Amino acid sequence: MIAIDTIQETAERLMEKAAIEIPQDYLDGLRTMADTEDGDLSSFVLQAMLENYEAAKQDRRAMCGDTGCPRWYVKMGNEARIEGGPIALEAALRRATAKSTNDIPLRPNRVHPLWRTDHDNNVGIGAPEIEYGFEPDGEWIDLVTVHKGGLFGTDYRMLFPSDGIEGIKRFFLDSLVAFGKRGLACQPAIIGIGLGGSKDTCMVLGKRAACLRTVGSRNSDPRIAAMEDEFKELGNSIGMGAMGFVGKSMVVDCNIEVGYCHTGGMQMSVHAFCLSSRRAVARIHADGRVEYRTDPEWFTDYQRRETVEWTPPQSLSKSA
Amino acid sequence: MDTAPKPQQVRLSTTPSRADLEALKIGDIVYLDGLLYTAREGVYKKVCEEGSDLPLDLPAESAANFHCSPAATVNPDGSFNMGAVTATASFRFSKWIGPWIERSGARIIIGKGGMTSKDYREHFVPNGAIYLTTVGYGTGALLGRGIKQVKAVHWNKELGLAQAMWVIEAENMGPFIVDGDLAGNSLFERENARIAANLDKVYEGTRPAVLRRFGETDDRSDEVIG
Ligand code: SF4
Repeated sequence: MIAIDTIQETAERLMEKAAIEIPQDYLDGLRTMADTEDGDLSSFVLQAMLENYEAAKQDRRAMCGDTGCPRWYVKMGNEARIEGGPIALEAALRRATAKSTNDIPLRPNRVHPLWRTDHDNNVGIGAPEIEYGFEPDGEWIDLVTVHKGGLFGTDYRMLFPSDGIEGIKRFFLDSLVAFGKRGLACQPAIIGIGLGGSKDTCMVLGKRAACLRTVGSRNSDPRIAAMEDEFKELGNSIGMGAMGFVGKSMVVDCNIEVGYCHTGGMQMSVHAFCLSSRRAVARIHADGRVEYRTDPEWFTDYQRRETVEWTPPQSLSKSA
Repeated sequence: MDTAPKPQQVRLSTTPSRADLEALKIGDIVYLDGLLYTAREGVYKKVCEEGSDLPLDLPAESAANFHCSPAATVNPDGSFNMGAVTATASFRFSKWIGPWIERSGARIIIGKGGMTSKDYREHFVPNGAIYLTTVGYGTGALLGRGIKQVKAVHWNKELGLAQAMWVIEAENMGPFIVDGDLAGNSLFERENARIAANLDKVYEGTRPAVLRRFGETDDRSDEVIG
């Protein structure tokens, strides 16, 4: 049984980590870009960002003043049991979100879409979002918080099989060029692409590709992995760098996730996880142990399964 | 290839003289000293549309308007806790910026992403104002370090913390980059034009979607702001 107090304390710690500490994979990716960037202005921006991450850590203050929209991904092992059940879990995550907004502090970004009511705590109708995933084994739960920023850089389009790879590339480039100008996407970004599903799941896939995979990770389908490499290079060949200045630092990495779709369509979404790619993860074990990390490890073989029944890959089932 | 003079780094007062501003060119790096205040749609509506009185003496106390909502809280004892500050995209305030500059006497507008050179020519140049963009845009922690003190917050009850008018004392706060100078030039638009030259090549091997959208354009010199 996982204690509800442990969940809330861990959630508060995650809120702080996400807001303040840039994940190492993103930082390494950005350093590599800073080393190769030759546009003067774009280089200046990247250097300033690297200093900014240091300043945030030293001062324990949020790395960006726009602290985004905190949200939660909860992944549960099949045997996990939570004190008080899912209702208690959701209450704990809402409390942690509100408390951390005040304590860190974060910007109280969440308002009612029509009345602009602001509770000054990032909690409201449907906020923070809490999404779930499950894994076959384990008594643990993983808490992932993502503080996604950016009103720009995201787009959706219904493509068709006849659009082919040329159409996918076009929409990818259109999104980067449109939102890269003036740096509206706060690039260099982790670009997440969702392909297939239906309109809503396509958006979800793209967002998770951007926010729940790390820089340097590759899709388990080798042909999709090759597309990820190709698209990253394509994005960086536009001639645009940080803030839309001349340069080549646009895409820190490109992650693609797919879902089966209607036979007539090929939905596509594009998401940009910005210079403040805020995510933090913890695994809480049944015995109360908490392990912090920055890789959500969300897209497991189980999440990408294609078959009716789940049969674990050979290597895993042997070791289990 | 690039014949433009090297960008300079300068410290600028938030109540600058005309000469201070004339010395700035697009691409220059600026650090600010003095009082600045946040104002965005909430404040603009209140002042420009509803005619509310300004809560401080502008531009005497400050001629620098920051398009920003800080990550900040008001403590129970009335003091402030301000963490990071980051600008918000300025193009959305185009409809108020002219009346606001006239009413407030602002000479420095600070925000994210600049405004159009049309806005600069119509509203900034006639009033002797420049535009500074934040850097990154995620340099909130660096900018937070440049805040010496939060002086006051106005209208936080009516407008909420994010839309309230925060008055901040800045010391060597930056970096910012000059996007709009006194001649009405835009750095972003200059960069856009340079990048556009390469785009046809990048788009080779792609093709337009079979299902079009109303109002869609293939003119890649276009911008999504307007
Ligand atoms: S998009 Fe990201 S880096 Fe840019 S202002 Fe928002 S949170 Fe900050």
